[in-house]
Amino acid sequence: MEWVAGKKENMKRTLLEIGVILGGVFAITTLILVVAGAPPMQAFYHLIAGSIGSWLKVAQVLMGWIPLCLCACGLVYSFRIGLWNIGVEGQVVAGAVAATFVLRLGVEAGSPGVMLVLAFFGGLLGGSLWAIIAGFLKIKGGVNEIFGGLGMNFVAQGITLWLIFGPWKRPGVASMSGTELFPTNLWLPSIASLRLSPTGLGLTIAVLLVTAWVLSRTRLGLALKGIGNNPRAAYLHGLKPNRYIIIAMGLAGGCAGLAGTFQVTGVYHRLIPAISSNYGYLALLVVMLANYRIGIAPAIAFFFVCLNVGGIQLPMMLQLDSSLSGIIQGICVLTALLVYSWRRKRTITEE
Amino acid sequence: MSEIDLAVLLGSVVAGAAPIVLASVGETITEKSGVINLSLDGSILLSAMVAFVISYETQNLLLGFAGGAAVGGLIAAIVGIFSIYLGQSQVAVGFVLTLTAKDLAYFFGNPYARLYGPQAAPWPVPWLHKIPFLGELFFSHSVMIYVSIFMIFFWWWYLQRTPLGLRIRAVGEHPQAAYARGTNSRLAQLRYTVMGGLLVGLAGATFSLCIKPGWGRPQGAEGTGWIALAIVIFGGWHPVRVAFGAYLFSFLQVMGIQFQGLWPSVPSQVFQVAPFPLMIFTLVLMYAAQQGSSDAVSKAPSWLRRLAQVLSGTAPASLGKPFRPE
Repeated sequence: MEWVAGKKENMKRTLLEIGVILGGVFAITTLILVVAGAPPMQAFYHLIAGSIGSWLKVAQVLMGWIPLCLCACGLVYSFRIGLWNIGVEGQVVAGAVAATFVLRLGVEAGSPGVMLVLAFFGGLLGGSLWAIIAGFLKIKGGVNEIFGGLGMNFVAQGITLWLIFGPWKRPGVASMSGTELFPTNLWLPSIASLRLSPTGLGLTIAVLLVTAWVLSRTRLGLALKGIGNNPRAAYLHGLKPNRYIIIAMGLAGGCAGLAGTFQVTGVYHRLIPAISSNYGYLALLVVMLANYRIGIAPAIAFFFVCLNVGGIQLPMMLQLDSSLSGIIQGICVLTALLVYSWRRKRTITEE
Repeated sequence: MSEIDLAVLLGSVVAGAAPIVLASVGETITEKSGVINLSLDGSILLSAMVAFVISYETQNLLLGFAGGAAVGGLIAAIVGIFSIYLGQSQVAVGFVLTLTAKDLAYFFGNPYARLYGPQAAPWPVPWLHKIPFLGELFFSHSVMIYVSIFMIFFWWWYLQRTPLGLRIRAVGEHPQAAYARGTNSRLAQLRYTVMGGLLVGLAGATFSLCIKPGWGRPQGAEGTGWIALAIVIFGGWHPVRVAFGAYLFSFLQVMGIQFQGLWPSVPSQVFQVAPFPLMIFTLVLMYAAQQGSSDAVSKAPSWLRRLAQVLSGTAPASLGKPFRPE
């Protein structure tokens, strides 16, 4: 019975924490809006109405939720083993480049369905490869994954720009608007009235379920967790941390690569310089806010994309910069970090 | 190319490097004390915005620079307090602040975009600027460029030649030992994190008031923070070598614009990427050099070994690891 009471107590605590976080975020955001001389309530209204005000908007949110969730899934693998995979952004880009490479072959090859499937495999491999390079730099070259990943992000960005302006430029003009659009039969099919891709949605839900299963129910998940918590002890138990670092990075990069492929095939239908839409970096915030667990990450991702999509309304309606969404997301994470450290302090004193 | 042109060209390298020098020397101080401030990219933008807005509203450049520095110091203080006293991951806090500060800058700077505001005019150093070539190169800029050059040597002297500098390095290498010897390691870390942040803020102000005057989206300072972080590693956490890295980068950037004509198909942004593979390469070399006796090193070609010697350097041992006095 004590256990049940404890669980109830925990539940109460969690709800209280969520309340504190949301209250804090609301208060700080209101303050920022007042300082900027904007009507706070109207701004909140436009954020909400602009993101879940109609089915079309919800579909738009889901189209952003797909890549964000995929990145978050990947990050949970790398965080589980204790790696700060800041290179996720570059892994999205690498996936997008690989997918574009496959689809460019597909323009002549025919059988679009097969080419789309191949594009997803290509993206998966591209993202994986990019992450595994960072992994090898860490275990063989002594390069911290943060600096290695960051460097690889910029390299991926440089390669993308070079491709768009060089070998893959549009006939005649090369411009920041990206490569030429793919023929429509190479677009990921979508529900026309909503511009929503059921394939992407299905894929994301599948990846979410597999991730949750792998991490909680398999030997691999246990190994990642063991190494993340105590690499030395895991090593003494016969696990090889280096091997699992490569596996975790490969999985993380693979998920990010899928996100990049989706951006190419489902959203932009071409390669553009900003193909990642910063979903990699945003996913880092999502996973931090979810306290490095997959459980509530999809919900947080949905909330974050709502802010992004709703934020588009702000310049038109209130002459505010759309970056308000990013500010709210950042404050969410900072407040949560404060609350988590407060929780930790309390548990330490209770013990 | 005539001699005057060359001097002007190299002079623009020195001027363009100023904010990068300030930011990377600032980050060097912070990292020497054992703290990584990953918020550089956002800090620079936010302080650039604040510096421009303050000097636009008050028509006072000095207040602008002070405001910019204060913003950098404030963000660094948040990183410091969250990580040193609240035990949160430095990387996590710094990363969130990078993104948030950038968004704050765009949000609050929006009404001030594309306005014409005050900017620091060049102030040639009396007499010295008349020296042929060198005068054009070093002594015909605005004051912040001189400040950036001064900071390099000041912080080299401070870190390597004073007892206080020795104490920071001790804290960065082994905070427990420094604590046992009577240094308040956490306070020292916080102090030098903020100190580094002030310089980062000054770097931002230098952008919006000297190098790329004004505010806009994009401002032009985007990405500098990440580059500065890479340069700190490239320079092996040594102020003078770090500054050399900053000048090298600025040189590459200027050359990139000069040589645009040779490869018209390569956009100049590609040159921005150059520091990052260099950073990774440096880190690998440093690691290999530390493994010293291994066969791979002795078999390496001699030029590579010599390069490893030049680039040798080690990260402060407790970099990124929070210290809790027990």
